[in-house]
Amino acid sequence: MIALISTPWPDVPSLLGPALGETVRLVAIVMTVVVALGLPLGLLIFNTSPLGLAPHRLLHVSVSWISNLGRSLPFLVLMAAVIPATKVLFGTTVGFQAALLPMAIAGVAFFSRITENAVREVPRELLDVGLAGGSTRWQIVTGIQLKEAVPGLVAGFTINLIAMIEYSAIAGAIGSGGVGYLAVNYGYRRFDQNIMLACIVVLVAIVQALQFSGDRAVRALTR
Amino acid sequence: MIEISGLTKSYGSTTVLDGIDLTVADAQIGAVVGPSGAGKSTLARTINLLERPTSGTIAVNGRDLTALSGSELRAARREIGTVFQSANLLRRLTAAENVALPLRHHGVPDNQVRRRVHELLERVGMLHRANHYPSQLSGGQRQRIGIARGLALKPSVLLSDEATSGLDPDTTLSILTLLRELRDDLGVTILVITHEMDVVRGIADQVARLDHGRIVERGAVADVVRGSDSDLSRALLPLPPAVPAPAGHRTWSLRYDAAAVSPFWVAQVGREVGTDLAVLSALVEETGRASVGRVTIGVAPGVDERRLEQALITHGLVVEQRATLRAVTPRTPGTPGAEAVA
Repeated sequence: MIALISTPWPDVPSLLGPALGETVRLVAIVMTVVVALGLPLGLLIFNTSPLGLAPHRLLHVSVSWISNLGRSLPFLVLMAAVIPATKVLFGTTVGFQAALLPMAIAGVAFFSRITENAVREVPRELLDVGLAGGSTRWQIVTGIQLKEAVPGLVAGFTINLIAMIEYSAIAGAIGSGGVGYLAVNYGYRRFDQNIMLACIVVLVAIVQALQFSGDRAVRALTR
Repeated sequence: MIEISGLTKSYGSTTVLDGIDLTVADAQIGAVVGPSGAGKSTLARTINLLERPTSGTIAVNGRDLTALSGSELRAARREIGTVFQSANLLRRLTAAENVALPLRHHGVPDNQVRRRVHELLERVGMLHRANHYPSQLSGGQRQRIGIARGLALKPSVLLSDEATSGLDPDTTLSILTLLRELRDDLGVTILVITHEMDVVRGIADQVARLDHGRIVERGAVADVVRGSDSDLSRALLPLPPAVPAPAGHRTWSLRYDAAAVSPFWVAQVGREVGTDLAVLSALVEETGRASVGRVTIGVAPGVDERRLEQALITHGLVVEQRATLRAVTPRTPGTPGAEAVA
């Protein structure tokens, strides 16, 4: 009985194609925000720490606390919690826009820690080279710290990107659109096994491909 | 020239450096030696102002750098180039890019950067490795790049912070030769901080011994190695292990200026005193500007000690230590020289 209402295979691409496009668009927008905000936040967390270029206890503790806050809640809870803010910001509580805010919050918090870890791996002695040579702090951050941390940042970016694809599927629960939404509405609610299977295949393929490319990039960037 | 005076560095109640006075004149090579924990690395980090001194001054060409801050300090840092232990090259930059880094950070235009990098790499003999990454270079090559980077901004003082630690003896020698050439060609003043006596013997004009944060001994290397009565002179020219003295022989340690004393002195003194001298260990070394010999001899029983000493002094030798009628026990190679027993 259940199998009878499955979408016929020839019709699957017409559903899956647009859903894939939505996922790509959602994740791309979120990742842009994630890097734009998470990277500076991570640099701030590290460089205000006692090991950083400008130790500042109060600032470090505050920024660190904010970053932890964004990572404290399970994504489903976070999504529900920020609904009032989403309503103010986008005027809606469902759909594409509704998923943006919680995903950006979780992603920025995540990437700030990834950045902090990546720059922490840069040997302190290399920062000393810049300091002793009269480089400005900004030059040291951009020319030494970030430059040396690139492989770690790319590896972290890959992890973050895959996590965001996962979150986009969870956001399907509030009707965000995309592959996750398709899987929830057709695969789960309507027991459409063909759609479910197609969604699984597509998600697995995307994640495998991204991880493979990320690993290759890290290897190419490591000297 | 670099003049360090009254340099003190404390962390809380712990004083790591205590009133260091140190001057290295233009185009001279000064060395600071000391055991680990003596404060050498703190001294290095304080001289290149990675650490602020608690008190005291560091003046390069008469200008006190400790009084500066902000952009003035950054500009003044050009005066002191640092060569770090294990080079500290950026892993993701090529050799040429590493050398270019300080130039770029000081706003030198691109065409001048290229010219200067080329010139520097050529000077340290690394032009053929310009586009290699640090992981593709040997330790010695990396350190050459580190030296080129240290010289990029044409500093008047080059600070070498344990730059040869961890390099094999041949590579150490080649790096020291390079440093000496740089001093001779560019007139750069070099301050070497090291725990290796070979380095001091190899290139330094002046040496200071740091212990527990104070300079406990200092002097021109030539004088220190000719002297016989200090820890530094013994450390700089350690006697090789001696063979056991023939039965009944007494052991004497001698030191002499090898440039001034006849190389035939053993036979000559023996003839004058009427006895054969047994050579138990010997070291003749050319160190910078002094040729120094250190010898342990065995003196046969019945030889008139005063006559022998007189003959040795006439020939220009200094008697450092002598043991009276005491058999020298054999010891394993590698243990400290005869003076430990004599």
